[in-house]
This record gives sequence, structure tokens and C-alpha cells, in this order.
Amino acid sequence: MDFGTNKPIYLHIYDIVAERIISGLWHEGDRVPSVRELAAELQVNPNTVMRAYDALQQGGLIAPTRGIGYFVAEGAAARALEESRREFVENELSQLFRRMDALGFTPEEITKLYSNYKTNSTNENK
Amino acid sequence: MITVKNLTFHYRGKNHLYRDFSLHIERGGIYGLLGSNGIGKSTLLKLMCGLLSPDAGEVNLFGRRSRTRSVELLSDIFLVPEEFELPKVTLGEFVRLTTPFYPSFDHSFLAEALRRFEVGMDEEFHSMSMGQRKKAYIAFAMAAKTSLLLLDEPTNGLDITSKATFRSLLAEWATPERTAIISTHQVREVANMFDHIVIIDHKGLVVDSSVYEISERLKFSVESSADGALYSQSTLGGYATVRENVDGSESNPDIELLFGAATTAREEIIRILNPSTNH
Repeated sequence: MDFGTNKPIYLHIYDIVAERIISGLWHEGDRVPSVRELAAELQVNPNTVMRAYDALQQGGLIAPTRGIGYFVAEGAAARALEESRREFVENELSQLFRRMDALGFTPEEITKLYSNYKTNSTNENK
Repeated sequence: MITVKNLTFHYRGKNHLYRDFSLHIERGGIYGLLGSNGIGKSTLLKLMCGLLSPDAGEVNLFGRRSRTRSVELLSDIFLVPEEFELPKVTLGEFVRLTTPFYPSFDHSFLAEALRRFEVGMDEEFHSMSMGQRKKAYIAFAMAAKTSLLLLDEPTNGLDITSKATFRSLLAEWATPERTAIISTHQVREVANMFDHIVIIDHKGLVVDSSVYEISERLKFSVESSADGALYSQSTLGGYATVRENVDGSESNPDIELLFGAATTAREEIIRILNPSTNH
């Protein structure tokens, strides 16, 4: 897997797990793949996955089981979604705003473009 | 686990590859052993497993001289050289004949690795392509589940999907009790697998740090200017740079850039990473 940017890999893995929880691929209460299973899937060092799991546990997205391993924590999807939304506003959206300003877009133009996009994507889904 | 102490070594009629070289490797983890062509990486692997004798100094494995090559020692280490000869038998026969030497041999791991590498047990080594033979031997080496696994350029000759399979298998192979040392020039192909990086040059040890320590002490980023960087490479969108990490930022160590920095800014890299031993 190519992780692209300079973000540490364990944070990429954090995002991947958060995304799987938000999308419902992993449900609350489900067992999370073992460190080794996810390391094999993502082709990374198991200790890197361990670091990601520590961070995910601190973030309240996963919790340790009584035996060995982790499960998706209660309320994880809502928490992960909230976190992703905040990160989107802080990082991607602020970058987008800067670029919009530089190119001279007005809020009205953007609103119109976004409305068109919503209409089209709704039609496509019908 | 491995202690190289004041090692001096040269091949007959050649210049010294190592002079008073020391290195300690702990049990557990995947080590990347990097260095320019001809610097002596393969030689070091051979010295570690006792295939070569040091001129002076010691190489100890599990607290014993590796050169003794005792049965106990040999049953717990495995070296996959870059190029190797295998007997004129099928893989199945090879497994039957040689697994008794490896008490921890994991037959189900082998079966799974062969399935994913698409290599058959009834194939003769000599009728296999170079890549197939390499996959068969790597699968066997991992399945041996030795405490120490030495891999010399393991991804050379492997096709694209096999390289991915190799990384995946290595992640499954790794435990806190097992150590792998991978010597390679194909850093990008295995960079995400490393716990620890060792870089050697003609003067000795330059880098001997965990990936975590490297990311704490060095900062890797793409910037519009490379001014004051320890090392940089021109890239899409600016310069990929290595600098001392002074603002506590977290970046992903780019091992290729680290290698460049270790070559061009050797003393600064040693100062910043402060390896336990240097020469």
C-alpha cells in the first residue's frame, strides 16, 4: 500500500480504521482484526498497527476485550464521524477556501456549483 | 541477540571491509540493513551466521560465537542469500529432507505461503524460473520460524504481486521473539516493514536507530525550498527534504531520503540520531 503524504503510517492506519467504522464496514461491538491480520492486509510492520490501535483506543474508537484483541467501541461511529468532520473543516476545507479565494470564486458561485452537484448525484442514485 | 564486537574482516587480497566494527541487535523486530554497493552487507550477514570468520573481534549469536556453527545454532537461524543453489529435487522432497533440522518448522505457514506465491510442492527447483525458486526458498525460510532470519535482497526478481505477498507474509511471520534482518537496495519496496534501520558505510556505522527514534529526531517533508536541509531531492511540488526535527512534528521517515542524508551529511546524522556506537 502506498501511503503517499508525509503523515506517519500509524495515523494513516488510524484513518483507515475510522473510515471503516463510519462506513459501517465494521459495526460497533464487532471484533477488530488482530494486529497481525491488519498488518498483513496493509503490508506494514505489526508494531505500526499496534501504535495505531493504541491511538484508536485512546480516541475511544476501539476497546480491548477481556481476552486478547479489540472490538469496535460503543458510540465509535458517531465519534469517528465527528472527528472526521472536524478534521475536514480544519484541513481540507480551509485549504479549499484559500484556493477559492486565490481563484476569485464568490460564495454564490460555489453554492450554485455545489447545488448542481447535489442534484446530479441524487439523480444518478435514482 | 547478535553482538558484533570490534569486528575486523577482509577477503584475501582485498581491502578491509570492516575495521573495529561493532553492532548490537536485540531480539525481536524487522531490521533494514542498508549501504552502498560493495560496502559489505552480504558479508556481514555471512559473518553473523558463521559462514565467514572474522580476522579479529567477535560475532556472537544467542551468546555464542556464531563461527562454531553448532547444530543448535544452525537450527535456529536461516539465511536466504541473494543468489543460491538448490539441489535437483522437488520442493516437496526438499521439505521432507530438510525440515527435521528445523524443530519449529511450521507446515501450515509453508502451505499458505506457497498458495499465495503460487508455487507447487511437486515442482522441481531446476524447472522453476528464478522468481519461482526465490519465492519457494523464501516461503521455506519463513516457515522454518527460526529466531533469526537473514534475507539478502529478498524482493529482487519477485514480480509485483509477489512483492506484496512477501510483505504480507513478513507481517504474519513477525513476533516479538523473532528477528529478521533484511539487506536491500530496494528500500521503497520494504520500507513500511522496518522497525529499525542500520546504515553502514566505508567508515562504519552511520545509522542504528528505530524508525520511531528517526521520526522523533528527523523531519521529512515536501517544501518549496530546500534551504538548510540536511538532504533534499527535487520532487513533484517542491523538494523532499530531511531536517533535524526541532518542532516535535510527526512525519513518516522516508528511508531513501535518510540514506541520502547519511551519505551527504554523515556527521550531522550521527550527531542527531546519536547511535550507540560509531566510528
